[in-house]
Amino acid sequence: MNSDTVGQWLDIGPVTQIKAGTGRTLPVLGGEEIAVFLTTRGEYFALVNKCPHKHGPLSEGLVHGDSVTCPLHNWRISLRTGEALGDDRGCTPTIPLKVESGRLFLLREAVLAPRRQAEAGTCALDTAA
Amino acid sequence: MNAIFPFPDTPGSREKLVVIGNGMAGCRTVEEVLARAPGRFDITIIGAEPRVNYNRIMLSPVLAGEKAFDDIIINGPQWYADNAIALISGDPAEMIDREAHTVVTRGGLVLPYDRLVIATGSDPFIIPVPGHDLVGVVTFRDLDDVDRMIAAAEAGETEGSNAAVVIGGGLLGLEAAHGLALRGMQVTVVHLMSTLMERQLDEAAGWLLRQELERRGHTILTSANTKAILGAAGRVAGIVLEDGTRIRADLVVMAAGIKPSVALAKAAGLACERGIVVDDHMVTSDPAILAVGECVQHRGACYGLVAPIWEMCRALADCLTGVGSGRGYEGSVTSTKLKVSGIDVFSAGDFSGGEGSEDVVMRDAAHGIYKRLVIKDNRLIGAVLYGDTADGNWYFDLLRRQEDIAAIRQSLIFGQAYAAGGAGGDPHAAVAALSDDAEVCGCNGVSKGAVISAINEGAHSVAALRSTCKASASCGSCTNIVESLLALTLGAEVEAGPKTLCGCTSFTHDDVRRLILERNLKSIPQVMQELHWSTPEGCASCRPALNYYLLCAWPGEYADDETSRFVNERLHANIQKDGTYSVVPRMWGGITSPRELRAIADVVEKYNAPMVKVTGGQRLDIFGIRKEDLPAVWADLNAAGMVSGHAYGKALRTVKTCVGSEWCRFGTQDSTGLGVKIEQATWGSYMPHKFKIAVSGCPRNCAEATIKDFGIVCVDSGYELHVGGNGGIKVRVTDFLCKVETEAEAMEHCLAFIQLYREEAHYLERTAPWIERKGLEWLKAQLFTDPDRISRLAARFRLSQKYWQIDPWAGRAAGAHHDLHQHLAEVRPLALEKAQ
Repeated sequence: MNSDTVGQWLDIGPVTQIKAGTGRTLPVLGGEEIAVFLTTRGEYFALVNKCPHKHGPLSEGLVHGDSVTCPLHNWRISLRTGEALGDDRGCTPTIPLKVESGRLFLLREAVLAPRRQAEAGTCALDTAA
Repeated sequence: MNAIFPFPDTPGSREKLVVIGNGMAGCRTVEEVLARAPGRFDITIIGAEPRVNYNRIMLSPVLAGEKAFDDIIINGPQWYADNAIALISGDPAEMIDREAHTVVTRGGLVLPYDRLVIATGSDPFIIPVPGHDLVGVVTFRDLDDVDRMIAAAEAGETEGSNAAVVIGGGLLGLEAAHGLALRGMQVTVVHLMSTLMERQLDEAAGWLLRQELERRGHTILTSANTKAILGAAGRVAGIVLEDGTRIRADLVVMAAGIKPSVALAKAAGLACERGIVVDDHMVTSDPAILAVGECVQHRGACYGLVAPIWEMCRALADCLTGVGSGRGYEGSVTSTKLKVSGIDVFSAGDFSGGEGSEDVVMRDAAHGIYKRLVIKDNRLIGAVLYGDTADGNWYFDLLRRQEDIAAIRQSLIFGQAYAAGGAGGDPHAAVAALSDDAEVCGCNGVSKGAVISAINEGAHSVAALRSTCKASASCGSCTNIVESLLALTLGAEVEAGPKTLCGCTSFTHDDVRRLILERNLKSIPQVMQELHWSTPEGCASCRPALNYYLLCAWPGEYADDETSRFVNERLHANIQKDGTYSVVPRMWGGITSPRELRAIADVVEKYNAPMVKVTGGQRLDIFGIRKEDLPAVWADLNAAGMVSGHAYGKALRTVKTCVGSEWCRFGTQDSTGLGVKIEQATWGSYMPHKFKIAVSGCPRNCAEATIKDFGIVCVDSGYELHVGGNGGIKVRVTDFLCKVETEAEAMEHCLAFIQLYREEAHYLERTAPWIERKGLEWLKAQLFTDPDRISRLAARFRLSQKYWQIDPWAGRAAGAHHDLHQHLAEVRPLALEKAQ
């Protein structure tokens, strides 16, 4: 890793930990749990593990294309943008992720403060609660 | 070490250009520089391999025995001599001294430079598994690797031992596999992802490719993670996968990917991330040093294909000589054509299906053709073609030029000839232009004229046409044409067809179930290909349905697809609104024991379950269990002899009983005993939807058998059987099916009814709406017309149970699928913030 990125990115382990078409969880003590997904196309995504609707755990949803269907009430959420798809409205904060040397890295700042990111951006985590 | 110094003592009047890398990028750069400014530089090329400049892409045909090394040389010794280029080959550059402006080679040569070009390419990615350094483990990067593979194949031929494993099912791995197979080796490809070439292909095209490669005799293992390479006497002997599978191998080829070769640049202090960071003019963080090819990172992207690298070489030469457009390199959209002979695969652009993009999919099952175009804002942004790649270049051109395709959108998928043929705007136009005797449905030999006369005779829907003139009744690939003919003939009068399985297909549930059996379809991607799915990998509606239909159709043969299961069936527990789970152990017929109750009480305390509740199905539900604790909870329950209650599944739930003749003064038969027997015969079976049974010991019906999917009411003279009840949203009292005399008959009828429901109902259709849809008379005719039907259905159910009556909790408790239950890691913010 380049020296100026050390510290910015959080190593969450090898890419092989996630099976294609599934999500896994990363609890953040005192913060928001994160869901990390691998699509069948081989793309990785990380989002706060809460559906904008009733906060269902997206990590346990069915992954198809680059969206996930929430296990509680079948909202479809874009893994790319965190936005609810179809007729539903809402948004889950996404966490910048990169793959390097066979390992997954999350942007440390976003891991620590998805709430802050939510406040700064258009994504409002708690609106539909 | 070889060195060609045509002019060893040339005075240093000209600028000294040193190029590190004698490969495709390095030499092309020199060619471009020479074309712009011949004689301007003193050029030295340093190459690690002891040979002249050759075409690395053509190593695959060399491996396959289709070409010799001499055939793939790009620039032979004469080129270096003619252009006064000094070549130092077989002596890699080892250090760049930016202060002194020199490059030092391993052999100790010190070469001064004014401008330096780094073109070190990339290194194969070696998976750091145990045994990766054994003799017989090779990569696929240069001619030495190819020689090693050929030697292994030849040795195998003489020793009669010729198994090869290729780790990596990408472009490189598949080419290695193809070459080794042509050289007589038995090849197994082990691929980490679920789809071959997942960077270039989507799931559907990857599946077709896999079919073809398997037909050619390769063994393909996907979602296969190599755990270790096994050795014997210092040589490779095989590999073992994470799931414990062992594969024998005399040769292991690591083709798991490449990474930019940046070690030299990094050691010199140049800015590197994934690759050596360059600007649009290919200049690194040191203005005297440029870099080009696979080793660079430009605007965040690294490239491993040749076309972008040629563009980079031009930009670099422009910059170095000051001749040319000077616009620099602006990044590339790439396309791939698979070179394995006889298989036509093409992909370009972005087909990951991002926000706001739409798919146009065409499948021709009979010809093994799959085409998918991805469109966004009226621009083509991605394309995947399999089987027919004739229009690949046209699509790639539209894609690169960002052309507005609104005008030709509807006919785009049919290719350039059709889209440009004037029929462009109207998809019906081409159909209208067909002559009356043109064959529309190839399967049933139906002409356009025959379809139109059937429409005129009153067949006003696709379904009606399928049953009258048989058009589109078999493979369905002509459905679009038939729909166009309906629209052309009837205008707005077309009747809406029956409800399709979901938006991904024009087939109904019944069509899909029938075609799975008729056409031997055995996997989800195969169903989607053969039945012309309009989405690449289905949706949350069709995937679970197809998974169920396949596991019902092919017991023991179909491998359950966990990624097509809803969370409850994947985690074998019921998800609750707070994301925790509830756990219901099976209590046969609602009977329990002190041992079971103690085990449940212990679990409730040990895992701090906030609530334990008696369910309506006569058992106990433990609430508030975290997914990571589920395996331990199950282990504790298993230890007391309890198994999964499947309270979470589209499956047999419970068999509710009353105490019957054993205790009750009104009881006529042993209803608890029969209930336990039925539950023991039926538990574990997956169904279209949940399925509840009850057995009441007398007509007082305390077990409420007449609102269950299958209910038995015992009477003095035997057993009354009732079906299709439901106590849910819409209460429905059962229909009386028949009365039988013995317990054995009651059991056999129950199994037969369940199997008929499993084979005939739509996914997520309870027995109540199913019977209302089909009618009680239909049901009775199914079961009772043929005297052997009941025993045949029951036998099929028992066969299925051989594979499904396995406690899913036991495997999880023993550690299976632990990834589904464990977190990836845990983040502790305080420790992180300190580190910052």
